[in-house]
Amino acid sequence: MTSCPGRPKLGLMTLLLWGVPQLSLAAKMDMRPGVTEMSVRIQQIHQMGLWVCTVIGIIVFGAMFYTMFAHRRSRNQTPATFSESALVEFIWTLIPILILVGMAIPTTNALRDIEDNDNSDMTVLITASQWKWHYQYLDSGISYYSNIATPQEQINNTEPKGEHYLLEVDYPLVLPSNKKVRFLVTADDVIHSWWVPDFAVKQDAIPGFINEAWARIPVTGTFRGQCAELCGLDHAYMPIVVEVRPAEEFDAWIEDQRIAAELAGEAAVAARAKTWAMDELLPIGQEVFFKHCATCHERDGMGQGAKYPALAGSAIATGEIVDHLDRVMNGKADTEMQAWAPQLSDLEIAAIITFERNTWGNDTGDIIQPITVYEAR
Amino acid sequence: MVADAETVQKLRHPVLAFAARWLFTTNHKEIGSLYLWLSFTLFFIAGGMAMFMRLELFEPGIQFIDPLYYNQILTLHGLVMVFGVVMPAFVGLANWMIPLMIGAPDMALPRLNNFSFWILPFAFAMLLSTLFMEGGAPNFGWTFYAPLSTTYGPPSTDFFILGVHMMGISSIMGAINIIVTIVNLRAPGMKYMQMPLFVWTWFITAFLLIMVMPVLAGVVTMMLTDRHFGTSFFQAAGGGDPVLFQHIFWFFGHPEVYILILPGFGIASQIIPTFARKKLFGYHSMVYATIAIAALSFVVWGHHMFTTGMPLFAQMFIMYATMLIAVPTGVKVFNWVATMWGGSMTFETPMLFAIGFVMMFTIGGFSGVMLALVPADIQYHDTYFVVAHFHYVLYPGAIFGTMAAVYYWLPKWCGHMYDERLGKIHFWAATIAVNLTFFPMHFTGLAGMPRRIPDYSLQFTDFNMMSSIGSWLLGLTQIFFLYIVIKTIRGGAKATDQVWEGAEGLEWTIPSPAPLHTFETPPVITDGHK
Amino acid sequence: MSAQDKRKHIFMLSALAVGMFGFAFAMVPLYNVFCEITGLNGKTAAQAALIEEVNRSISPVDREVRIEFLASVARGMPWEFRPLQNELTVRPGEMNTTTFYVRNRANKTVTGQAVPSVSPGQAALYLKKIECFCFEQQELPAGGELEMGVSFFVDADLPANINELTLSYTMFLVGEIGAEKIASHHE
Repeated sequence: MTSCPGRPKLGLMTLLLWGVPQLSLAAKMDMRPGVTEMSVRIQQIHQMGLWVCTVIGIIVFGAMFYTMFAHRRSRNQTPATFSESALVEFIWTLIPILILVGMAIPTTNALRDIEDNDNSDMTVLITASQWKWHYQYLDSGISYYSNIATPQEQINNTEPKGEHYLLEVDYPLVLPSNKKVRFLVTADDVIHSWWVPDFAVKQDAIPGFINEAWARIPVTGTFRGQCAELCGLDHAYMPIVVEVRPAEEFDAWIEDQRIAAELAGEAAVAARAKTWAMDELLPIGQEVFFKHCATCHERDGMGQGAKYPALAGSAIATGEIVDHLDRVMNGKADTEMQAWAPQLSDLEIAAIITFERNTWGNDTGDIIQPITVYEAR
Repeated sequence: MVADAETVQKLRHPVLAFAARWLFTTNHKEIGSLYLWLSFTLFFIAGGMAMFMRLELFEPGIQFIDPLYYNQILTLHGLVMVFGVVMPAFVGLANWMIPLMIGAPDMALPRLNNFSFWILPFAFAMLLSTLFMEGGAPNFGWTFYAPLSTTYGPPSTDFFILGVHMMGISSIMGAINIIVTIVNLRAPGMKYMQMPLFVWTWFITAFLLIMVMPVLAGVVTMMLTDRHFGTSFFQAAGGGDPVLFQHIFWFFGHPEVYILILPGFGIASQIIPTFARKKLFGYHSMVYATIAIAALSFVVWGHHMFTTGMPLFAQMFIMYATMLIAVPTGVKVFNWVATMWGGSMTFETPMLFAIGFVMMFTIGGFSGVMLALVPADIQYHDTYFVVAHFHYVLYPGAIFGTMAAVYYWLPKWCGHMYDERLGKIHFWAATIAVNLTFFPMHFTGLAGMPRRIPDYSLQFTDFNMMSSIGSWLLGLTQIFFLYIVIKTIRGGAKATDQVWEGAEGLEWTIPSPAPLHTFETPPVITDGHK
Repeated sequence: MSAQDKRKHIFMLSALAVGMFGFAFAMVPLYNVFCEITGLNGKTAAQAALIEEVNRSISPVDREVRIEFLASVARGMPWEFRPLQNELTVRPGEMNTTTFYVRNRANKTVTGQAVPSVSPGQAALYLKKIECFCFEQQELPAGGELEMGVSFFVDADLPANINELTLSYTMFLVGEIGAEKIASHHE
């Protein structure tokens, strides 16, 4: 390449500058640009940093390789004697400072825009807990929990893993496209972090405090993220899925949720009115138990040491129903045993408690009715 | 009673004599060796934990370690590597080399020195024993954020707190010892600006230790009182704040990572001039740059907290200060290259490790500058990109620096040359393995894989497999290193006093192996800095 | 140098170590003071605004600011807690009141403490509470319910770029009195 005329070199440079990022993204090596204007700007800042470092690296490592070749003992018997130069020190202090200032300018501008949470079109309150997300649409009052949907069998390698292994949930967050959405993020136990890489939104969920972030998503689609702060046992198992729909579809969806909530309310009334038999409650109880409780208390009810006590033969599961209800509904302060009353219906709670009291050798024979749960709320 | 090798030989029973010698020694060389062996032992334990973690991470799904146990291994790996491997290794090197380099007969406080060391085996035995306690070992990461560690931590957390206090006391006492030694025991005529760089970097590191280890002690004490004595430092319920924990922790934590690298800088500054047969370029610059790095390290702690909801102006200030640290660090790298430039270089194993240190630490430094850019950090924070960054500065950084020092000074310590061919094989194998392990982590992080998870989604599989294979190779290379070290101690070509043709410094004026007592009469310093 | 010098240095360095240990603890009040002065981290004052501030600021400014109210309970707290108004549009400088509803679902007396948090953090400085149930603990008997008010105003100096605020309360469990009291009623 030493004696080529300018154009091919320029062409090669352009090809590299264009091609390498494309190739590297294709090879899953680079940060994704994401789907929002902000996420694209963030990727550009990342690439700016990467290129600056790469060029400096090429220069410095190039100099090192050259000197290791040219100034090795076999090629250079007599070492030079210079050992200082104030001018050189000044130059290689000043140039990096100038480069850093150059990088800081676009970065500061982007940062200012990221922090501008004002003038939003809607707000979603995101509450993290071990190990799920709770979404509440403040403008319409719709709220629900979002749990991982990947079956335990896939995690335990007894079934092949699905395409969205560990990145799928039962009820995703649904958002309208082209609206500035403000996210209020908090937690109710330990610190978690809500992160959707395609939006470049990551905000820590801190118990007792509210953090803000925003995104305006100009496209529709499904986007996946994960919890980004170690939060205990199932930190790897609390994914985030966001479905972005056109604004009218979103409004229709909200309306559907309202109707569904009403229907669920009616179903709950019906459930309360009925007297349930043991063999009706046990299958429901097992299903809900396996979904929510088994991660800590294990499917065989044996728990995992003192931290996640065994339910088989436990004092609470074989003792007073009132205490069992209290523990399941309200959780236990300062532990990972959370309050299930807000998350599960009367029927589900009644079914779980009935299941726990009549399985693994706990033969209390107790049947708990949904009406009992309702009255304890 | 002076409990050194000669005196205790008088004790009849050989086992008792051996135990007494090593339990009660106040000799800086013997204590240095104790620290180095402790570090090496813990290196295999914590390294084994890493290899075990990488076994689970080889494929998606849970195969070997369930999440409950994984979080414990992850936590102990970090704690032992930071407090049990890197720090004791550097303290061991300091103990061996500082008195020799300044022409002192020993450290200023020899009995304190012994005590500083002997706290550590007990502290680590206790820490590792938490694996077998009810509720398991600490499982909240080496950074032990509240309230996961305070409210939700297992019972062994209190032993963790005690262990941290013990290690902290050891470090603080060691640091006081080093400063008092350097200030008071330099050979007459040796001015500060004539001290070898390794002494300078340790001098500065010791000040960092004294300033921040007590802050760590403070934060774990607050943890203890939050857990058991009704305080609410980190709980919103009582008017406290979990983010306060992060502020106090990282006020310690950021200077701590400079504590984990500055002596490595000093080692590179000793080795490169020797093998380039040329004086270190810009001695004064190097000293000032190190001081600048240490000073700046106190005002950048917030860069670990960019996603906690910091206000804009705080994020900007921390970002600029963090970017600024790249300047004195860059100056050091340029000075090393300028030292090599125009030299007459040979590439024995210490030089290979030193050059590998400079290059790969620089790669870690680059990812550090990228992490400083707050908008980009939103996508990097708590992903494998961060894991890649700090493993580059710690493994090819601190650990390779330590290995370079061992190869460089082992002939002086034990009187035998190591096998050069084996040393080179170790270097190349370790370099390949370390890059195979940690370079792909940049990509997994950029692709979106969070940290501290035992299981991951399918798109991260290929890079994780590479990292896992690399990590097992890396483990094997370090067993090879152990073999080389033991083989050298037991025998090998006799080392001369000078050992390395281009080496300068007081340590090369004494015999190899170094006698137990050296510089009992201070040497006379005539010419310029070494 | 002399043994005296050594001792002096040891003393100074040890004093530095002890001082830094104290500094760690000093960071706690320092952090709180810093947060209250700058409004960092959404910490809004846990006590009522001073009467001088009130008098100085009560003169409505022609600008609208939207405030959302949020309420949540912490782990293990058996209360229902919700705002009776989800949001309010106010003018800075104008006095406002809003109410929260709370009900103790447990079968024992429970004491709670509400902790406020304001978002965005910078706005915390400008949300001045005159009266708030968060200033003190609340005790509710089994099944008891209460409506609790907050009187506040948004300081007229609220920066122009903040037009939306969120005031969130988390109710924490402070203490419980056992169910024996209740059981005895039914004997």
